[in-house]
Amino acid sequence: MAWKSALTALLVLWLGAAQAQEPIRIGSFLAMTGGAAFLGDPEQKTLELYVEKLNAAGGLLGRKLQLVSYDSAGDAEKARTFAKRLIEQDKVDVIVGGSTTGETMAVVPLVEQAGVPFISLAGAVVIIEPVKKWVFKTPHTDRMACEKVFVDMKARGATRVGLISGAGGFDKSMRAECLKVAKGQGVEIIADETYGAADTDMTTQLTKIRQNPQVQAVLNAGFGQGPAIVTKNYRQIGMTLPLYQSHGVASKEFIKLAGDAAEGVRLPAAALLVSDKLADSDPQKIVVAQYTREYQTRYKSDVSTFGGHAYDGLMLAVEAIRKAGSTDRARVRDALESLKGYVGTGGIVNLSPTDHMGLDLSAFRMLEIRKGDWTLVK
Amino acid sequence: MSAQFLQFLLAGVTIGAIYALVALGFSIIYNASHVINFAQGEFVMIGGMATVSLAGAGLPLPLAIAAAVLLAAAIGLALERFAVEPARGASVVTLIIITIGASILLRGLATLVWDKNIHPLKAFSGEAPLRIGGATLVPQSLWVIGITLVIVLLLGWFFGRTLLGKALLATSHNRLAAQLVGINVRHVLLASFGLSAALGAVAGILVAPITFTSWDIGVMLGLKGFAAAILGGMGSGPGAVLGGLVLGIAEAMGAGYVSSAYKDAIAFIGILAVLVFLPSGLLGKRSTDRV
Repeated sequence: MAWKSALTALLVLWLGAAQAQEPIRIGSFLAMTGGAAFLGDPEQKTLELYVEKLNAAGGLLGRKLQLVSYDSAGDAEKARTFAKRLIEQDKVDVIVGGSTTGETMAVVPLVEQAGVPFISLAGAVVIIEPVKKWVFKTPHTDRMACEKVFVDMKARGATRVGLISGAGGFDKSMRAECLKVAKGQGVEIIADETYGAADTDMTTQLTKIRQNPQVQAVLNAGFGQGPAIVTKNYRQIGMTLPLYQSHGVASKEFIKLAGDAAEGVRLPAAALLVSDKLADSDPQKIVVAQYTREYQTRYKSDVSTFGGHAYDGLMLAVEAIRKAGSTDRARVRDALESLKGYVGTGGIVNLSPTDHMGLDLSAFRMLEIRKGDWTLVK
Repeated sequence: MSAQFLQFLLAGVTIGAIYALVALGFSIIYNASHVINFAQGEFVMIGGMATVSLAGAGLPLPLAIAAAVLLAAAIGLALERFAVEPARGASVVTLIIITIGASILLRGLATLVWDKNIHPLKAFSGEAPLRIGGATLVPQSLWVIGITLVIVLLLGWFFGRTLLGKALLATSHNRLAAQLVGINVRHVLLASFGLSAALGAVAGILVAPITFTSWDIGVMLGLKGFAAAILGGMGSGPGAVLGGLVLGIAEAMGAGYVSSAYKDAIAFIGILAVLVFLPSGLLGKRSTDRV
């Protein structure tokens, strides 16, 4: 039974090494499957890729990183269960996850009570407003998208806006935010139309907007196939006012669906989407180009802004742990809150006790679709 | 007639024709078996998705369309043969539940065979809108309306002039009597599933350039088509067309003149009202229970 004792010896050695080198545990719960898989899938892939890369580069504080992640399938109830397991059983040092706002908000009370730094990858403004002690987030908010669009409209002399939005959660939230910030931005929303989640024709709503001679520009707050149909219908009924879409359709998919009708449409998007078109002097150029290259080499598929959010989340956690010099949760949280000038895929992050996202409007780029491709609006 | 009204009307007719095509598929299976086939929407999806993927693989569009319709018909036949047929002794409710299960299965398979993305299909004859008295219409809408008309006429001929069609009608009126005069009702049921699957696929292909297509497009179109079939009178061909058009126009007018937020609500309240006063729909057979 020589092999048995050899195995035992090996096991003892390995256990001993593990004890001396307790890894830093990064916990995560993501919508890897289900309806929100287009969010969770690139997020999980990104976390795996960069935990591996960080370990290959020697880890953090002389310790290895370990990723513990669960598939919440976009279900808030599952997210809660997994977050509980991450905190109590896996004893993770920090949580980077939560693909959707629903999952994130379900987990907030848990992390607040247990005192674990939590970086969410979901969009809505409610996550960081009001500020919660242990909760941070990386993606832009829909409020910023509204503001970015309104700023651009005003620059083109349009202050009376027609709004058309869908019935989905994203659409509704963005519509509400746009209505809220319009006044502060000096624009007035004078038409407000909606369409159903599975509607196939929006010419009726657009005709109503066209009937209002006051409208100077149109904004479509939407997600999925709706905005592509709106864009096609917009051209069909011959509307020529500037048309804006949201960051919700900032992907090549939208151009493919809307075809020629997409020509001239403007929308706000993260720099990651146009990494090859950024000026060399752009502060984000290096990080987005590098992330794009590494992700594409590994997974042979296009990068999405969602994967970028996960990259930013992980890197912020790493920066904070490095700055804190330990994995003590309270010290990591304080370090996180004081991080300034981190350049990520989503923008330049300046966190503070009053701002747990740390992005300003410069994080969004205004794009215009020309000849079936993105161009940066100067 | 103002240009605005005309635009709403054209929008309503376009959507209405789509609903009508889906509703026709419901009616055919209902006639043959009194089963409401809740997988009807999935045939719409299969038609669109198969055309997109075959055309994407380099097949010329007409060929891709023909292949997609055949594929859908084959799946319809298989559904009848392997899921409905083995349960033929069961109650109608059981059969309806089987079709619901089939629809979930087909949607799942579609995400595996194809993907979860939304796909465009090129319009058959360009995208340049036609102008009619200040309103506009895309050429594809004419295709939808035209083919719907052709199909209604073809179905009229099929049910009125062909042996299989007459057998189908006879089965719908009285299954036992049909069996007694020598009609093979099992074949009739099989044919009805194949036919309505093919019809659903045609609908899915025609609308794909307007609505795009994806693995879950059948859910909402199926529901609206079902509503149109109920509205027109379940089992009636002209009723399905009328129901579809009324539903489409009601939605468009509701969105245009009342509020786009309550568009679906307006349409469905209309249906409820019709059903309260005309329980068998606009053109349905007035059924009387014999005791």
